[in-house]
Amino acid sequence: MTEAVNAAPYGRDRRPFLRRLASASEPYLYSAPALILIVTVMLVPLVIGISYAFRDMTLLDPFSGGFIGLDHFRALAKDKTFWQALKNTVYWTGYSVALQFCFGLILALLLDKPFRGRGLAQALCFLPWAVPSFLSGLNWAMLFNPIVGPIPHWLYGLGLMSAPDNLLSSPDHAMWGPIIANVWWGIPFFAITLLAALQSIPRDLYEAAAIDGATPFQRFRSITLPFLAPTIAITVMLRTVWIANFADLIVVMTNGGPADRTQIVASYIFTQAFRRLDFGYASAIAMVLLALLLVYSMLIVLLRQTLLRER
Amino acid sequence: MTRKRIVATVAHRVAILAYVLFALFPLFWVLKISVTPNDLLYSEGVRLWPSRTVFDHFDFVIRHSDFPLFFRNSMIVSLSTAVIVTILSSLGGYAMSRFSFRGKFWIVGLMLLTQMFPLVMLIAPIFKILSPLGLTNSLSGLILVYVAFNVPFATFLMQSFFDGIPKDLEEAAMIDGATRFTAFRQIILPLTLPGMAATLGFVFTAAWSELLFALMLISGVDASTFPVGLLSFVSKFSVDFGQMMAAGVLALIPACLFFFFIQRYLVQGLTAGAVKG
Repeated sequence: MTEAVNAAPYGRDRRPFLRRLASASEPYLYSAPALILIVTVMLVPLVIGISYAFRDMTLLDPFSGGFIGLDHFRALAKDKTFWQALKNTVYWTGYSVALQFCFGLILALLLDKPFRGRGLAQALCFLPWAVPSFLSGLNWAMLFNPIVGPIPHWLYGLGLMSAPDNLLSSPDHAMWGPIIANVWWGIPFFAITLLAALQSIPRDLYEAAAIDGATPFQRFRSITLPFLAPTIAITVMLRTVWIANFADLIVVMTNGGPADRTQIVASYIFTQAFRRLDFGYASAIAMVLLALLLVYSMLIVLLRQTLLRER
Repeated sequence: MTRKRIVATVAHRVAILAYVLFALFPLFWVLKISVTPNDLLYSEGVRLWPSRTVFDHFDFVIRHSDFPLFFRNSMIVSLSTAVIVTILSSLGGYAMSRFSFRGKFWIVGLMLLTQMFPLVMLIAPIFKILSPLGLTNSLSGLILVYVAFNVPFATFLMQSFFDGIPKDLEEAAMIDGATRFTAFRQIILPLTLPGMAATLGFVFTAAWSELLFALMLISGVDASTFPVGLLSFVSKFSVDFGQMMAAGVLALIPACLFFFFIQRYLVQGLTAGAVKG
């Protein structure tokens, strides 16, 4: 109805001018406060941040701020830590998303069946999601610590480790510490969204399929999966971008160490800005990350369109 | 019941139990360390529960440390952020749900963009902008930043809640002579209260856990939030695990309370959104 009123030709709209103006500007008034904030606190700094990438910008040096062209990017191309961080980002993001998704899907399927105590089980399984990320970082760092945590002793007991050492200080396996913490913390997100999608599948479809003699696996493949596919595509894509940017756990658990073996690009940006106060270099790295994420999102959109066209 | 079904049921319950244990075990360990006396901390490192429990660590953290101050700061920041974001995103989400207007496409695009780019990118410029305004090292600066970061997602969330409410309701009221804003306030808002509660809880948890911007923008003890305070604990020369985990338990309480309060609505709200979309 609103659309009809707004779209009516002016000749027929007999309301006074001010009323008309008020109703035409209404949607803008509702969304203005949010928009103004987003533009001033996110968009403007984003543009300024992009300009930093081409300037010599360190916080403590009052004479900095000059335009230096592509110097930061040239330095970046030779920065071994950066290339290592790029590789680590792929590793970190790939394993985190894949494991979170698999365990999240299984949990959602388990919770979709009615059983006694489901409400409580659901609340407890989703609980890690409410745990502040810095705390889950500290928590897992402690579990991996051989002095106060049980995990090294368990791994040693199982023969997976030659001595009960801290996983986080082993250069070859340290990345698994933050990944495990991230999986623990992120399973609920996938479980919540997938469970919501599961519960919106009409139940009669399953009943009809069961009457026709479909096995549970057939039902899963030809009813559940197609219904979940759009949700899976969107959540996996958004999660991938989000996790690639997610530096908290790494900053808290390993601070990028040992010897930058767990440094991802996002935590490297933070290290440059926060510890070295080199805002220019940090912004240059951030721009590369932004460009890569944009390319990734475009690829996903293209892939989705080709898949849709083939159907 | 056939034998196969019994096996399936047992397997299902065992799997659920495994998930619950995996979810709870790390939190249980936090609790365990927080009540372990210092002299038993290392000698009983692997035991599931210490042979003697004490509350000394809690006592110290509450009475002799700065954590009550950090707790208060975090509470102020998170509650203000959650309330402001819920109000702004209700308004914005309503506009997105009920109107089609010029520029809507670009506004939605802009909000999606804010969800995509790395927020760490903004750490340096936001510091530079807020510093001359006197908004670094202050709680209001932190609130301003958190509100802006959380508004886009909250707006989408609120939009999906509004989409689940039939339009006829406020149209009937408007035919009876109410303005749209009155109809919005008196008819639609009460119906979206569960949605608003979910948004409130969601944003509270997000603000309560935020670490990187708090580290960058806050340097003094007076305006430190809980994550900053807890991390300064770690960087001290010797870490007192008992006190650290006692503080951790305190940080966990409000987040968990809010979570239990909203978790029922989360799946419901997302289901409503999924059905519509």
